[in-house]
Amino acid sequence: MPDDTSPWAAPEPEDTELLEGGPLWEEGPPREPGAKPRIGPPAEGQVRLTVRIRRYNPELREESWWEEHAVNMEPTDRLLDALHQVKWYHDGTLALRRSCAHGVCGSDAMMINGRNRLACKVLIKDVAPKCTVEPIRGLPVLKDLIVDMEPFFEGYHAMLPYLINDEGEPRRERLQSPEERHRYDDTTKCILCAACTTSCPIFWGDEEYVGPAAIVNAHRFIYDSRDRGADERLRILSERTGVFRCRTTFNCTEACPRGIEVTKAIQEVKRSILFDRF
Amino acid sequence: MQTFVHDIVIVGGGGAGLRAAIAAAEVSNALSVALVSKVYPMRSHTVSAEGGSAAAMGEGDSLDLHAFDTIRGSDYLADQEAVEVFVAECPGEIVRLEHWGCPWSRGPDGRIAVRAFGGMSVNRTVFAADKTGFHLLHTLFQTSLKYEGIVRYDEFFVTKLLVEDGRCAGVAAIDLRDSEVRCITAKAVILCTGGAGRIFSFTTNGAIKTGDGMALAYRAGVPLKDMEFVQYHPTGLPGTGILMTEASRGEGGYLTNREGKRFLEEYIPSKMELGPRDILSRAIIQEIEKGRAFDGPYGQYVHLDVSHLGEKLIDEKLPFVRELARNFVGIDPVHEPIPVRPVVHYMMGGIDTDLVGRTRLPGLYAAGEAACVSMNGANRLGSNSLSECLVFGARSGRQAAEDALEAGQTDVRPVEKVAQAEQARLVATYLEKETGRERISAIRRELQAAMERGAGVFRTEESLKEAVEEVRGLRERYRDVALDDRDRAFNTELVAALELDNMLDVAETVVRAGLERRESRGSHTRRDHPDRDDERFLKHSLAFTAPEGPRIEYGDVSITRWPPAERKY
Repeated sequence: MPDDTSPWAAPEPEDTELLEGGPLWEEGPPREPGAKPRIGPPAEGQVRLTVRIRRYNPELREESWWEEHAVNMEPTDRLLDALHQVKWYHDGTLALRRSCAHGVCGSDAMMINGRNRLACKVLIKDVAPKCTVEPIRGLPVLKDLIVDMEPFFEGYHAMLPYLINDEGEPRRERLQSPEERHRYDDTTKCILCAACTTSCPIFWGDEEYVGPAAIVNAHRFIYDSRDRGADERLRILSERTGVFRCRTTFNCTEACPRGIEVTKAIQEVKRSILFDRF
Repeated sequence: MQTFVHDIVIVGGGGAGLRAAIAAAEVSNALSVALVSKVYPMRSHTVSAEGGSAAAMGEGDSLDLHAFDTIRGSDYLADQEAVEVFVAECPGEIVRLEHWGCPWSRGPDGRIAVRAFGGMSVNRTVFAADKTGFHLLHTLFQTSLKYEGIVRYDEFFVTKLLVEDGRCAGVAAIDLRDSEVRCITAKAVILCTGGAGRIFSFTTNGAIKTGDGMALAYRAGVPLKDMEFVQYHPTGLPGTGILMTEASRGEGGYLTNREGKRFLEEYIPSKMELGPRDILSRAIIQEIEKGRAFDGPYGQYVHLDVSHLGEKLIDEKLPFVRELARNFVGIDPVHEPIPVRPVVHYMMGGIDTDLVGRTRLPGLYAAGEAACVSMNGANRLGSNSLSECLVFGARSGRQAAEDALEAGQTDVRPVEKVAQAEQARLVATYLEKETGRERISAIRRELQAAMERGAGVFRTEESLKEAVEEVRGLRERYRDVALDDRDRAFNTELVAALELDNMLDVAETVVRAGLERRESRGSHTRRDHPDRDDERFLKHSLAFTAPEGPRIEYGDVSITRWPPAERKY
């Protein structure tokens, strides 16, 4: 990887500060002009985490910068809880997305210690005492940890990600055996967090490439026994922007927080285009 | 100010909102349907529902049996007319979802499978492994992409209903990208914003469940119905509150105490682990009070044991339970019991609507957890809420579409004026306010703690009175809130401030309605009034906004074929 991918490569402004000691801000006291976040020693059983966050705010300055915050957390708390602690009690300007907080809504994919993870699935005990958090790569950063997801969703939409079957709807359900249901099970698990797509070096370099998440979602329908849109999706994926951009680096599989075998799914689609189609 | 003109605006992109959007778009492709959501739709809290969606489709089941189970589970407070409509339309909705590609789990014959659930007398819960809400939500989102009439406003936060000449004519919403208010007009507005579990500190609900739609309607003069009924789910992970699905008991899991005993024998021997949620949550609290629970860093808990089900069944039917327990408490349920305790999960109450989602304010509709039809009464049965999102989302979408087709054009100018005033209010109250010493986080935390103390599983006159006063005090302090963040791009602190405003309103209706309901019914258990009192309280409470706090009135319960009786299991 080129040098600028190092989590420590962003310029370090001089005003980065880590304040320790002094009274606890835990109760959220009335603010004093110029008051600084301070924290006391961790309570019994807690651990101290210093979280280094890559901040970006186009209304303040053009470049991103690093900021450190120290928080006291339970070892089994989530990294998301630590980011909340920072946002709620240290600096209300920190911007991030989050919703379900247990790994199923797909809001809070971030680069954590250089790897794409969901902040709500990473426990403090696994990253303390120090951890870096950055926005996922390859999508324009809008503010702090929030990236522009639209290019990602465009790739998803291009896959016709809905069941296509114009044979007329039967009065009851269509039958599907447990085996047929199992065939596409793995790729139904995608939560559209973009962790895979934004870990893919091809996607970083080629904005035309639809990326692994889009292919996973195409796969989910191509191998569903009820769907009739496979040919159309395979045609789209055989184009220049499609599945043959993949160079099988396995970053996507490694990054997927739902454990989807992304690379395998991409290979299956490639094979279908080469051998099954027409 | 930018103005967008649509026929229908739906606020909220979860199960009910997406279902309503599709239903409206199906009525006529000439209709323009705006779907406004503060998060991308697939981030909505429907995604967290695990166990399943109820429908009388299995062997030995009938609509009447589903209706009776629901009514008995509701402690006879459900409107029976609503329940009858609901049960009749559940199977059709499940089949529609199948036609749209929902990956329901199947039986060996290829048909949609059903599993057991609490309070249901037969296997009735349709499921997709233990990520039913996730699959249902994604299927609806995917299907919504097929309709050109549906226009999405992702990451727009609605701050006000635009009421003009006695009609709801649209919404004011800030685009999170620049914090500017947009005026979105419509002939019909449907609120599908979900519940408000976040008014409590220990909840299964995601961070976004702040009662936004309930507060919007309430401020517009629409009453919130039956708000005192808050469902505690018996089995949440201590600390995070992450849900361990009822399906783990549906599939045969046990609840045990420190003595290793299946303690439900003492409380509900006929149903044991498949009893309704209110009864099980009370039983666990009583075990804690009797000193028969375990102590942990996040409070006392009991055990949910599925280890006897075996690895194969757990991986096939409960893979998410295994994943969550391993990831968040380091326990593999194949070998060890899971620590669990009751946790705030669902609001039975909500925006008062009729059977097609209409509220008392012309042009305003509501569906899903945000609404109260009421089909859940004083206690909802597990797996009825996903089906509720489908059935009443669809009904409100169709009704709004038909009403919109008949309505005349909205005159945009006066509506825009209201939106402009809203923009000015947001700037003056938050973005350019120069005074203020209160932090949002402090008020929010105190609110959540006050609600836990005052409106928990067991309540008293004193606890509720105290909570009423505390919430009032916090409402006062809220006026002195100031933000760190004054920027326009993704000002998530501004959103948090507006959410807290909503939470305070909703919380006040919960404790006020709870204080005035001096009986025990379903989830609302008063230690000082332990019995159900049909004579005085077989009524829906209706909370209206008033300067001095909510004013509580009462409305009738619809009884069709099941006369109120003692709730026996």
